Amino acid sequence: MAYFLQQLINGVTLGSMFGLIAIGYTMVYGIIGMVNFAHGDVFMIGGYITIITFLALGVLGVTWVPIALLTMLLIAMVFTALHGWAVERMAYRPLRNSGRLAPLISAIGMSIFLQNYVQLLQGARNKALGKPLVSGGMTLMEVEGFTVQLSYMQIVIIVLTVALMAGFTLLINATALGRNQRACEQDMRMARLLGVDVDRTIALTFVMGAALAAVAGMVWLLYYGIIDFYVGFLAGIKAFSAAVLGGIGSLPGAMLGGLLIGLIEVFWSAYFSAEYKDVAAFAILVLALVFRPTGLLGKPEVEKV
Amino acid sequence: MTAAADRAPPLLQVDHLTMRFGGLVAVDDLSFSARNAQITAIIGPNGAGKTTVFNCLTGFYKPTVGRLCLRPPGGGELLLEQMEGFRIGQHARVARTFQNIRLFPRMSVLENLIVAQHNKLMRASGFTLMGLIGMPVYAAAERKAVELARYWLDRVGLAERANEDAGNLPYGAQRRLEIIRAMCTEPRLLCLDEPAAGLNPRESAELNELLLFIRDQHKIGVLLIEHDMSVVMKISDHVVVLDYGRKISDGTPAAVRADPAVIRAYLGEEEEEALPPEVAKDLGANGRADSGTRPRPS
Amino acid sequence: MAATATVASSPARLPFAGMVKEAAIFALVALALAFPLVGFNILDKGAGSELQTRFPQMFYGVGVLFVGKLAMSLIDAGHARAIAAVSGALALAWFLAALVGVTGTQYQAIAWLTWLVALSVAVRGWVVMRRARGTAAQARDVGAMVNRLALYVGPAFVAVAVAIPFYAYVIDDKRLVDLGILIFTYIMLGWGLNVVVGLAGLLDLGYVAFYAVGAYSYAIISINFGLNFWETLPIAGAMAATFGVLLGFPVLRLRGDYLAIVTLGFGEIIRIILLNWNELSNGPKGIDNIPRPSFFGLQFGSAAPKGTVSFHEFFNIDFSPMHRQIYLYYIIMFLALLTNWFTLRIRKLPIGRAWEALREDETACRALGINPTNTKLTAFAIGAMFGGFAGSFFATRQGFISPESFNFLESAIILSIVVLGGMGSQIGVVVASIVLIGGPEWFRDLEAYRMLAFGGLMVAIMIWRPQGLLAHREPTISLEPLARGKGS
Repeated sequence: MAYFLQQLINGVTLGSMFGLIAIGYTMVYGIIGMVNFAHGDVFMIGGYITIITFLALGVLGVTWVPIALLTMLLIAMVFTALHGWAVERMAYRPLRNSGRLAPLISAIGMSIFLQNYVQLLQGARNKALGKPLVSGGMTLMEVEGFTVQLSYMQIVIIVLTVALMAGFTLLINATALGRNQRACEQDMRMARLLGVDVDRTIALTFVMGAALAAVAGMVWLLYYGIIDFYVGFLAGIKAFSAAVLGGIGSLPGAMLGGLLIGLIEVFWSAYFSAEYKDVAAFAILVLALVFRPTGLLGKPEVEKV
Repeated sequence: MTAAADRAPPLLQVDHLTMRFGGLVAVDDLSFSARNAQITAIIGPNGAGKTTVFNCLTGFYKPTVGRLCLRPPGGGELLLEQMEGFRIGQHARVARTFQNIRLFPRMSVLENLIVAQHNKLMRASGFTLMGLIGMPVYAAAERKAVELARYWLDRVGLAERANEDAGNLPYGAQRRLEIIRAMCTEPRLLCLDEPAAGLNPRESAELNELLLFIRDQHKIGVLLIEHDMSVVMKISDHVVVLDYGRKISDGTPAAVRADPAVIRAYLGEEEEEALPPEVAKDLGANGRADSGTRPRPS
Repeated sequence: MAATATVASSPARLPFAGMVKEAAIFALVALALAFPLVGFNILDKGAGSELQTRFPQMFYGVGVLFVGKLAMSLIDAGHARAIAAVSGALALAWFLAALVGVTGTQYQAIAWLTWLVALSVAVRGWVVMRRARGTAAQARDVGAMVNRLALYVGPAFVAVAVAIPFYAYVIDDKRLVDLGILIFTYIMLGWGLNVVVGLAGLLDLGYVAFYAVGAYSYAIISINFGLNFWETLPIAGAMAATFGVLLGFPVLRLRGDYLAIVTLGFGEIIRIILLNWNELSNGPKGIDNIPRPSFFGLQFGSAAPKGTVSFHEFFNIDFSPMHRQIYLYYIIMFLALLTNWFTLRIRKLPIGRAWEALREDETACRALGINPTNTKLTAFAIGAMFGGFAGSFFATRQGFISPESFNFLESAIILSIVVLGGMGSQIGVVVASIVLIGGPEWFRDLEAYRMLAFGGLMVAIMIWRPQGLLAHREPTISLEPLARGKGS
């Protein structure tokens, strides 16, 4: 029971990170119908920028945790969002009207480019924090010698995720930007005719997705203590699986899917085998798509003939 | 129509067809029949559910309720609502065209027509294996398929353009191609979704000729969704009128035209000023060019 | 970057100021982008890391981009001067690149960046000049022209391909034969995937799974059952095709992007299983000592095993490791041409046309009574079969396989070859393979830049020609005008 509870906590933590990345996938797919293959690598870049900020803060002598966290958060979000914007501007916007395949290939190319870009600039080895920024935690319960721990870092991750989710939902539902986004999702041509700046709305969508991915990158680095240039690929696929599982185009669906994938992965490693945990995530994706292609919270699409 | 043909059960019998999408009822308890070697037209204002009926008949939607019974002249009974989508084309031999023309744009006109004969060519090619090793039986079957294609191409005057990409044809030609492609499947029931949409009066007249030819020479059933009254009234043997998913009239063109329910729901309300009855009669009787200038529901 | 060449004859000062401002903004954005990752370098220190700055390189890089952007604006504004500046810049850049050999890796990146920017400016200038002279917009028909020349280009290409090993033997360049084998392997994989993606329009991002199945099937069967390459080949192909059906069946009705992700997932699943199922695949250590092909029983080793004769002994020539390589070269060439022959033939059969029709409009296909699921499965299975053949060849060529060789990057490369070449175009696959595989081989020494260039090239080609380099389609059957209609 205690073991189960621990896995539950770990799974929710991991799932939150996947969820944050998944939101980026789902927003972009919702608005331009494209799988942003490079999004996982944007998440990876967020992690790298975080560690750079962390080290810089260390050099500058800033050690108070809340300030450090806030600074890293802001800087990572800003610079990663800039990368996300640049990727859209360079690799996707020219292909806006070129069908489905060309943007996908371009995205794959961009993903390969970003991975190697970081690898060239920073080297192929893992980058380690050294000592964790936020350490320690609390013991929730102790049963038969097994303690259930809730670390402070896990609390930070979950709180951050909840806050961002709330903020984003507000953004989507209550602001003009959110309205424009939803309009573009439904009928881009009409939105344009009604005066919505479609290019800007799309760019902002990418920016927001990238910012959330940056947060995920930051907490990933702080949670695991290391980052490498390849982490974006696997995390990206799982996050996309989460987005699909939850219902592509749905924000709460992305977070739900993320939590599910995180829980499945953690429980599978804990109770079955750790080597095949990635297989579990993919298998769930396949099963989900076979039996419910529109995802858990997605609306069934009626084919217009 | 001979008396014998009149006694035969209808080719298509639709009973209590209902299609619901969540809370929206697109088609509500619709029943009608279509006879073989007759042209049956389904008309009604936009949104009346006509294309939905087609989609149910041709397997793109599963009806919520209803029986769609196809009784080919050779005998037998096929329940379309229980058949998987493509099998309706394959076994029941119900062919259709689409409101928004669905050709294979980057394949040539001829290739479009050959693809339509896919199933019989597959059998002839021994499901590909014999064709791969070059057995003559496939080559002969392909020649026959080309002949059938040529027959229809000549019929609609597209033979000269047979090797062009279908996507490059002008609109009217694309419509004609879609119809003859459906005919190349050698169907028993031909369902046409607004075949006259976007055609000028001359093209509409040619369409009428084509449909009458199909009815009289090939003796199959034709089901037709249309807005163009010059087509509907001139060539239909039987008209069914839908409004808000329900049938409001069913009978010969003359009967339907005079039905006050129809005039109220459709023909009458579109007119700003009521047409003198002689003009309305003129319109139905000889489908002349002036009918083209009449404002039509789009 | 706007395209039109305006008629500005005199370099007005105001537009120039505007251009400088535009370039400055561009450079500022580049600076912001470059600041974290270029400006800083994370180095290992003990259990953690430390930071090192690279500001000089960062500012230099941004400066180069500033100059490049300005040059582009000048070109667009119609300045003949820009062209002179461009050629000068290019010469300077080449000089810098040559310097690379002297200054070492630290400045290599900078040299390449300079060269790349100068090259882009030069290309841009050339394009604008051509457009001004009205000779542009012919690239579109290159595809049509090449495909029409295919009748001659095809056999010519085959003749050249056949001759290459002899040439290589004469000049004793084993590397050339190796390169040929590599390119032909990718050509075959490209042609195999072309059936799935190019003809049937199914987006398969996990093609490497079938490659892996073929390779491991051959390895396991030949080692455990003693069958030789040609005997195992059909079995491996059948296994791959079976996997194709198994993997395809549940997912083929999914929409394009979803199908892509699911097939990607399958590719990864296969790789992870191969990595972990030690009893079957020997895990990460891979399978070694895979039997090599023999020439009608003649082995290619320097010394034949007891009781058999080796190749060079039989023909009474000196032993050379090139013998086996050349034999392998002809095997893969044969397999690739087999794939090509098959594809050309099947396009004229009903199933091939049904694939293409399915790609064009699946709804219309259903309305014509074509079974979309079976049609897609057939494409998937046949594409998988050829992937399996290629995989078997790969195993016998290397003598050793491990799961590392079968990762997503391979699938991405093969897909790129198909899409960049022009979907459905057989010749396009050949050209794309030569460019994407052969090209970077020249840059072998710059291994690190190879993948970067690869990714960048993918993006660049897609932006330049989204339909692929040689996208053009000839109909598979035509109607003769007068006499009886005949198939072509």
